[in-house]
This record gives sequence, structure tokens and C-alpha cells, in this order.
Amino acid sequence: MVSIDPSVSSRGEAPAAGEKLRLKAESRSLDFYYGTFKALKGIKMPIYQNKVTALIGPSGCGKSTFLRCFNRMHDLYPNMRYDGEIRLMPDDVNILAKNVDPIEVRMRIGMVFQKPNPFPKSIYENVVYGLRVRGVTNKAILDEKAERALREAALWNEAKDRLNDIALAMSGGQQQRLCIARALATDPELLLFDEPTSALDPIATASIEELMTQLKERVTILVVTHNMQQAARVSDYTAYMYLGELIEFGETDQIFVKPARKETEDYITGRFG
Amino acid sequence: MSAVAPSAHSRQVSEMRALIASGKRKQVMFAAVGILCTAFAILVLIAAFLDLLIDGAPRLSWSFLTSFPSRRASEAGILSAWVGSAMVMLVTMFAAVPIGVGAAVYLEEYAKKNWFTDLIEINVTNLAGVPSIVYGLLALGLFIYQFGFGESVLTAGLTLALLILPIVIVSSREALRTVPGHIREAAYSMGATRWQMISDHLLPYSRGGILTGIILGMAEAIGQTAPIITIGALTFIAFLPPPPVSGEFPFLNFSWMMSEFTVLPIQMYNWVSRPDKAFQLNAAAAGVVLLGMTLIMNGLAIYLRYQVRKKIKW
Repeated sequence: MVSIDPSVSSRGEAPAAGEKLRLKAESRSLDFYYGTFKALKGIKMPIYQNKVTALIGPSGCGKSTFLRCFNRMHDLYPNMRYDGEIRLMPDDVNILAKNVDPIEVRMRIGMVFQKPNPFPKSIYENVVYGLRVRGVTNKAILDEKAERALREAALWNEAKDRLNDIALAMSGGQQQRLCIARALATDPELLLFDEPTSALDPIATASIEELMTQLKERVTILVVTHNMQQAARVSDYTAYMYLGELIEFGETDQIFVKPARKETEDYITGRFG
Repeated sequence: MSAVAPSAHSRQVSEMRALIASGKRKQVMFAAVGILCTAFAILVLIAAFLDLLIDGAPRLSWSFLTSFPSRRASEAGILSAWVGSAMVMLVTMFAAVPIGVGAAVYLEEYAKKNWFTDLIEINVTNLAGVPSIVYGLLALGLFIYQFGFGESVLTAGLTLALLILPIVIVSSREALRTVPGHIREAAYSMGATRWQMISDHLLPYSRGGILTGIILGMAEAIGQTAPIITIGALTFIAFLPPPPVSGEFPFLNFSWMMSEFTVLPIQMYNWVSRPDKAFQLNAAAAGVVLLGMTLIMNGLAIYLRYQVRKKIKW
């Protein structure tokens, strides 16, 4: 058990017995406002390196809002305000600070969206887009990174003979894996998944879930999910949010088997939510 | 089990059927009215076009397209008019496209939503409703007297560019707006700057809609008469402007822009106003050519829209 009360956990602490945990990011008393509406209230939570952390909670609880703070997606829209910090390791920088460019944050932290959103370009151009944005023009490097990313996203075998086909011709599950490959091609430190399987059928969902558990060897993952079984299957840590607050954070096994808070138990067992 | 007696039930059913039948009668009546309205609009258009075609068709020939105007109706042609129209359109396109698309991108992607932007938006939309003669007066004052461009191809092209700017801006904005938010977010999430998002994604994906707007604007411009008369297009012109491209360095020249000119609608207007019946037939023939050019442009717009829709589905 990591900590029952999120305020207890602190940076760099290694609570799990025998396992060396390293902190990848940490949100500290994070408030977020849409206009005057306070959508997040004092979120304090660690994200451990090479682990999958799941955010669960009923609709409107702020889990997607919280996720989108990590790559400053909210900056694209007017009338929003962050209060508090999200510190990204190893350089311990507050990525919400005014003087930190959101573009720099997005170059370090990738994102996979709810609805597969490949660009209406070729499969190849989708995968290398992040590299092109970073000014890579060397064809050999692009090819190599594209192949590696497609392999990591378990899409290489299906895509290798049709790299120049338009990405929209693929199935929904393939499109979502392409979006994962697109995010992986630029070697993100942290990968955000915003309900990545809610638009997919069960088979495609299973392949994405399997992918997530494989990918954590290489990248830290933060995933929002509506599906509690999914959180139980893929994540190492789970955070339960409700009405903009973090109710409970802990190891997934503990949260699902022996939640410390009554609210969490009610939600997980389906009595509420 | 049923609380309703059989007779009561059958009465309910027959009432329901009567209701459905009356609903259907109204539906058929409305469909008939709709067909009548559509047929009226199309028939008037076809009648006008056929009238023009019957009058003009006998005069249409290769020499009609390759001859200068003449005092003898049978020898007169529209060479200077259609070449003038083409050159004016060229200037219009090169002026209206960058300004219109640039303004659309700014308004859609960069401008903050405040009262000033609202004011600009209202003005742009209203500009589309300004009578074209007003643009002619503006051009007379600005391009001819103020800038000294003369009664030239350049002045005419810029005037028509101003005239179609609202069309280009509004349709470009609509095209940009069809690119869904999740595609923008995907680009930003990869670390793209705003301009990278616009140039790599927004503009390529919306180019079908933007092109359609441009072409529809051009089709509007090519038929304009009033503003062109105001800025003093010639009605009788027996020479062509110098060609824009040449075989010698620097291959491009711009003296054609300062040349005097006429355009198809002006040529038509001139011929129609003559008492001689033969010239009026010439005007009808020129009208057929003008309509043909407009039709080709509109056809191209529809084709482009179809092509892009086929390729990109959101």
C-alpha cells in the first residue's frame, strides 16, 4: 500500500516493499478553474516511473481535466487557470509555471485521445509527424524511428506494406494503435491516455490494454478510464476522483481489494457511480 | 388482461389511421408546393439561357473568339474582351486569395474573441451585401485618383478582388471550421506550434472548401459590370495588353497590368445598347461565352469539393 491519504505520500518515497520506486511526476495542491468553476481541488498525487497509473471516477469528476493539465492542453482554450504545481522529474520543473512553454511540455509528454484521431495523411506521415515538428529531415532516421514506433505499437506487421496508404482507411483499433505509435516516435517521458478504448470494440480494447502493460517498460503511463475492470487489469496504481477531489490513491490491488475509503468502495462495487 | 374492450380498441385504431392519413395528405401537399417552387426557379433560368443561346448560337464561331470588335457586326469578335476578362481575373485571384485566406486564418485561429473581433466579423459579412457600384466608386477614388493606377487591368482586378473578399473570407472560415477540434488537439499534443498546426493540418485539410470559395468568388467577379464601368473600362478596343510571359529574360513582365482593357460584360453592354439588331445577336453570343466560363468555374468548384469530400471524412 502506497498511502491512503494522498497528503501522506511524498516525493521519492519508496513505500512498496522490495521494489525501488522512482517518481516521474507529482502534482502538488493542484487547483484548476474553468472560468470561475473550480474543476480540480487540491490534487496531490505522485506518478511513478515505468508504472501505469489509472484515474477512475464518475463522469464529471475531473479525471480528464487533471490528465489534460499534464500536457497543458487547457492552454488552447480561453478562461482557464492553474493553481499549484505539477513537477516533472528528473529535472524537477513545474510544468504549469507561466514561464514554461506549453510546447516544450508537449514535446516531453505525449497523449493518446479518446477517439482515434490520426491525421488524414499517410500512415508513415502520421508516425513521423512529431519528428518533423522537431525538425528531423533525415530520411534514414525518420524511417528507423517510424519502424520502431510501429513495432512498439504492435502495428508494424499490419502497416509495413501500406505505409503510404491514408491512415483513415484503417480500422478503429488500428487507428488508435497508430496514434500510440505517433506518440511513441518522439520518445515521450510520460504518455497520457484519455479513455483510449472507449470508442473501440472488445478485441481492439484487449490489444490496446496489452500494449499498455508492455509499454510501461519504456514509458510512464497515466490513463483515464471509465472502465474499472480496465483499471484493475492494466494499472499498477489507481486514483479515485470525485467532484474534482482525489479521494484515494494507492496500489491498484489494494484499491480494488481493500479500499481505505468508504466512497471508493461504493464506487468500485457499483453501489454508486 | 386487456382493460380495453375490443370495440373500443378498434375505434382507437381507426382514429389513429385517420390521423396518419391526414398527416400524409399534408406531407404530399407540401412536397407538391416544393416541386412547383423548384420548377419555377429552374424553368425561368432555362428559358433565359435558351433565349440567349437561340439568339447567340449562330454567331458563335472561332473567328468570333479571335476577332477584335468592329463597326460591322458580322466581323466583330470578343478577343479583346475575353483576354481582358482573363487578365483581370488573374489580378483578382492573386490579390483576393492571399488576403482573403490570410484574413480567414487570422479571424478563425489567432483573433481573441472580443468586441473588436465581433465588429470585424459583422463588417466582413455586411461587405458581401454592399452594392457593387459602391466598390466601383471606392476604386475610382482610391486606385485611380489616389494611387494613380489608371484605368487599367490592375485597377479592375483589385476592385473585383475587394468585391469578392467577403465571399473568400467567409467561405474560407467555414472550411477551416470543418476541421474537427480533435485533429487540432492531436497536432498540438505532438508539440506543434500554432503555425505548424495551421500550415501542416488546417490549410491542407480545408483546401477543398477554400478553393470552392475562391472559385465561386471568381465566378461572381467575372460577370461584374457596374464597378468596371465606373473605373472606366473601354468599350471599343482593338489591341491586346502585352503578354504577361515572354521568351526573354526575365520571362515575366507586368506592363500588361497597366494596360487599358475591356471585359466581356462591358462588351455585351456596349453591343446591347446599339440599335442594330445584328449587334444584339453578337451580345447574346458573348453572353453564351460568359455563361459558359461561369459554368466551367462552378463545375470545377463542385468537382473539387466532391474530390476532397471523398478523400477526407471526419
